[in-house]
Amino acid sequence: MTTITSGERVAPVSVWKVGVVASVHTETPSGRSIMIDVPGWGGNLAGQHLDLRLTAPDGYQAVRSYSIASASAGDRLELAVDRLPDGEVSPYLVDDLQPGDEIELRGPLGGWFVWRPEQTEPVQLIGGGSGIVPLMAMVRAHQESGSTAKFRLLYSVRTPEDVFFRDELMAFASSAIEITWVYTRAVPAGWATPAGRVSRDILASSTIPASENPAVFVCGPTGFVETVADLLVELGHPAASVKTERFGGK
Amino acid sequence: MNHLDGNALAGPLSELFSVDMTLATGRCLGCGDESVLARAMVYESGTDLVVRCSHCDDVLMTLVHTPGDLRIELRGIGMLRIPL
Amino acid sequence: MGIISRGFSGRSREHNPELPPGQFLTEDFPVLSAGPTPRIDTDEWEFTITTENGTVHRWSWADLMALPIEDVATDIHCVTRWSKLGTSWRGVSLDTLFAGVDTGYGYTMAHSYGGYTTNVPLADLLGGKAWVAFEFDGQPLDPEHGGPARLLVPHLYFWKSAKWVRGIEMHKGDDPGFWEQNGYNIYGDPWLEQRYS
Repeated sequence: MTTITSGERVAPVSVWKVGVVASVHTETPSGRSIMIDVPGWGGNLAGQHLDLRLTAPDGYQAVRSYSIASASAGDRLELAVDRLPDGEVSPYLVDDLQPGDEIELRGPLGGWFVWRPEQTEPVQLIGGGSGIVPLMAMVRAHQESGSTAKFRLLYSVRTPEDVFFRDELMAFASSAIEITWVYTRAVPAGWATPAGRVSRDILASSTIPASENPAVFVCGPTGFVETVADLLVELGHPAASVKTERFGGK
Repeated sequence: MNHLDGNALAGPLSELFSVDMTLATGRCLGCGDESVLARAMVYESGTDLVVRCSHCDDVLMTLVHTPGDLRIELRGIGMLRIPL
Repeated sequence: MGIISRGFSGRSREHNPELPPGQFLTEDFPVLSAGPTPRIDTDEWEFTITTENGTVHRWSWADLMALPIEDVATDIHCVTRWSKLGTSWRGVSLDTLFAGVDTGYGYTMAHSYGGYTTNVPLADLLGGKAWVAFEFDGQPLDPEHGGPARLLVPHLYFWKSAKWVRGIEMHKGDDPGFWEQNGYNIYGDPWLEQRYS
């Protein structure tokens, strides 16, 4: 029997590893965060993702990519998943997966849409819906490392109930990072702004301006990402400074 | 909107390459644009992928999964540069 | 093969002995794409058949609508293993379109708006086996599914039913189209499970 010391990556990222669900937590009416223990995982950078593979009893397989909400060095990682109405995998992860279940995954994957604590430039994070997940890893990494880089987050959701990691983000908002909330369908009671999508004006007034040369990370559904990225370039951000990750889901 | 971006290539290309290919820069043979593969547009046809230049939409590469092998067509890319 | 995921069954699918080998039955109509969805107005749409001597036969949307239109009820089989039984379409038969076409070549390349191509032997387009289809399930064909019009060649894997079809070019030999160049089978008979090359 092989003894695996926690924190050592013993297999290449391409090898399918078996994780065990440690806990699950309801985040929103359609979303859940999931803690998974993966012997030999060895940690991941903030912004990376993994591929999950599910196998049905008749051998049918489905593979989907999910961003990792955590950015720690050890063998425990956190995912957060939103249930998509016509999804095949997300309903299983949100509604059926239980602590103790085994799940296959490969990774960590993706070295481009990543924030490292060594980076000192200001950082603007823009997330739509479950696009918050890799950005959450970046916020946590920023906090954990003691980085003094300026961080701002713009988080767009349909309604206040759809916010992932609400308590943790509220705590960060008061201490470490400026957060702008955009509600596209329904706003909290007493909210000054009516519901509406992220616009050029909102970006101009609530995000780090191009003149400060921020690194910008935009994540969410494809339509959201492309609209926001185009607006950022219109506002003067060099295209090379704007990194994007489009979600498909299902 | 039905497409993803080159970040989605990290897993599939890890089956063949031991380095992170999303960080590789390729030149689009259609328009000459040089971008990291992470910025390319990725279209999913089942488990098969069509990777297109984000500037001109020309096909850079395709990945086809068969039961026995993975087939990668790279005909739309001139010189891949991979940081080591 | 991976470890079984407790409680996971995936999209509803049946193993049906009437289906071609390796196929599952689905109630969905999955959208598979190789590129951006073209948006073509029927005002600007045209369909052409080009023969080996350069003759171009051309139909506008109005021309197409003036031709005999057939109701087609058929099964479709996707290389990604999904089959749909009894799908209903309306379209113009390729027999009608080829009626006035003079060619000595036996192979064709279908071209689509957006650049997609797929090759089909002429014999597989004729004899009541293929249509230019513009209605699915009683509705105008959605752009996601190839509207305003797509090629419909249901006896072959569905990648041969080129979405957003704009024309057919006669070829001397069986030259491979897009997917055929990228690892798919040159012919694509679902009953012989000809998925890959």
